[in-house]
Amino acid sequence: MPPNALNWRGRLSDTLWRRPRLLLFLLLAPPVLWLGVIYLGSLFALLAQSFFSIDEFSGVIKYEFTLKTYRELLIPANLDIIIRTVLMAAFVTIGAAIVAFPIAYFAARYARGKWKALFYLGVMLPLWSSYLVKVYAWKLILAKEGILNWILAKLHLTWLLDAWLSLPIIGGNSLSVSYTGTFLVFLYVWMPFMVLPIQASLERVPSSFIEASADLGANARQTFFNVILPLALPGVIAGSIFTFSLTLGDYIIPQIIGSSRLFIGQAVYAHQGTAGNIPLAAAFTVVPVVIMGFYLWAAKKKGAFDAL
Amino acid sequence: MEKMLRTLLAAALTTSVFVSPASAEMLTEVGKGEGQVNIVAWPGYIERGETDKNFDWVTSFEQKTGCKVQIKTANTSDEMVALMNEGGFDLVTASGDASLRLIAGKRVQPVNTSLIPSWGTVDDRLKSAPWHTADGKHYGVPYMWGPNVLMYNTEAFKTPPTSWKVVFEEMTLDDGKSNKGRVQAYDGPIHIADAANYLMAHKPELGIRSPYELNAEQYAAALDLLRQQRTLVSRYWHDAFIQMDDFKNEGVVASGSWPFQVNLLQGEGLPIASVIPEEGATGWADTTMMHIDAENPNCSYMWMEHTLSSNLMSDLSVWFGANPSVPAACTDGRGMQTAEGCTKNGMDDFEKIKFWTTPVSKCASQDQCVPYYRWVSDYIGVIGGR
Repeated sequence: MPPNALNWRGRLSDTLWRRPRLLLFLLLAPPVLWLGVIYLGSLFALLAQSFFSIDEFSGVIKYEFTLKTYRELLIPANLDIIIRTVLMAAFVTIGAAIVAFPIAYFAARYARGKWKALFYLGVMLPLWSSYLVKVYAWKLILAKEGILNWILAKLHLTWLLDAWLSLPIIGGNSLSVSYTGTFLVFLYVWMPFMVLPIQASLERVPSSFIEASADLGANARQTFFNVILPLALPGVIAGSIFTFSLTLGDYIIPQIIGSSRLFIGQAVYAHQGTAGNIPLAAAFTVVPVVIMGFYLWAAKKKGAFDAL
Repeated sequence: MEKMLRTLLAAALTTSVFVSPASAEMLTEVGKGEGQVNIVAWPGYIERGETDKNFDWVTSFEQKTGCKVQIKTANTSDEMVALMNEGGFDLVTASGDASLRLIAGKRVQPVNTSLIPSWGTVDDRLKSAPWHTADGKHYGVPYMWGPNVLMYNTEAFKTPPTSWKVVFEEMTLDDGKSNKGRVQAYDGPIHIADAANYLMAHKPELGIRSPYELNAEQYAAALDLLRQQRTLVSRYWHDAFIQMDDFKNEGVVASGSWPFQVNLLQGEGLPIASVIPEEGATGWADTTMMHIDAENPNCSYMWMEHTLSSNLMSDLSVWFGANPSVPAACTDGRGMQTAEGCTKNGMDDFEKIKFWTTPVSKCASQDQCVPYYRWVSDYIGVIGGR
């Protein structure tokens, strides 16, 4: 067959066959461009913004390199926001791990057949309904005249709630305007992200190990702490990446439930949207990025990514 | 509604970088309609009976003029300014902060009021309002305005509160309990103006002339008052529906609010009322403005006339809990609004209202004022307990 009988498709096919690197390039270019330009590009644009500053008097942004905006992050009011957010993220993560572990353990070790399906449904169901609907529902549950208070009153336990709410910092006028309320809602909303990785890692613990542990004379407690927990730890850490980073970045829940004290996400929103203080908003955004950078680095060392 | 008012907080610090090319000549007569008009509006501002069939002020206009109304809703003043900068629109319902930015950025054109037959019916108090008038030229037609009222629970207050004091200072209310934890304040830096407004009446030695123009000392006094308020407030509000919920389920009995929430809560039969206290109140006012390069100027002028002469002002003021810019709309039965309804929405309290403008450093009443971006960061600090 003469070469000119090949149509352009044939030639293209030949070229790609002869030069596999070209094919690879063509296939990879769109996703790399997407990631590089749209994602990293915007990230760097943001980072660049944080090195500018806002003029004290006119409120106009000065496009000169300066670290002034980062110094502004360290003033007490802003430092409060960062510490508040990080502490909340840490407590939510620890709380989620404690609550999720038994659930995941049951699902991985004991639930079979229909029960397993029910478990998946139960864990995933909250993810299907709208996030806002859930948060508003919680506002009603936690309200001063809400269902939780009503139940506690029926059980004659109002004194317990009052004692809790009279505590400094975590207390408040009612659950829905206290940090306790914010914590509970965060815990509820991010729970599936903790349960599923732990369950996945627990399922990978071979039952022969547990039997071997028992054969060697370990009691249940020793088996749990020496065999099961170390093997499931990567799953816990993987889950904690989700709960920690999601709490760190959320700006809706603390807006609806809590004492109106800002979290990082809300501070970013306030500074960029209404104040026009883009540099400070950008600097605030860099904080969770840096924190998560360290967190992921530590998690990787612990082997968390094997459990994902 | 909540979004629209939330945006009253949007800042106007950015000076627009857009400089318009040769500005269009002001129209001298209204010709035949172009067949359409494109309007940027707050949600709920332009209704064609699709949300509730009783509220329709578009269909009659379309039938009469043949101009098809196309609406683009915007949720913040920033969004409105951005859309107008982009172009492709004829009209915008701009709030006090956006309107001055649009004029400064040359995005809107002066309006020839002689082409709007009903211009004479516009409230005299609004005809030359500073938020749409520059160098003696009118850059638009007043649309709606409303006050930020003091909403209260009539069970906690046997007599209506006469002062904003109830939300700023600790006191025992008529029901024998303290107001601590039972009052709210707006979750936006513009609330500093409410504190300044209170100080204007109670600390005249500070010499505050406008709650939006504060020097360093006046500003510090306002922040101190707000710090005191923080000890009384459990949660600040920013969403009208959350606030309504807090009045229903959280035992909140007094807060700065909008007639919108008051009307809705009263509609549900709750013991709620509102008042404009002796210190006066802050408020908002919107204007229909025309794009500098409006492609459909004839339909635009017809729409501006329509806003003033049809059932729009009357029905919209019922729908929105706001006040019409044409006082006759309250009484002449062109729509559903009545004189009592207008009074309830604050129509008679115009003089008591300090309309919202963006605080800038170069202010009129003194040498140097604290600009809005400082309001934002400091208010965050106050709410955070600093």
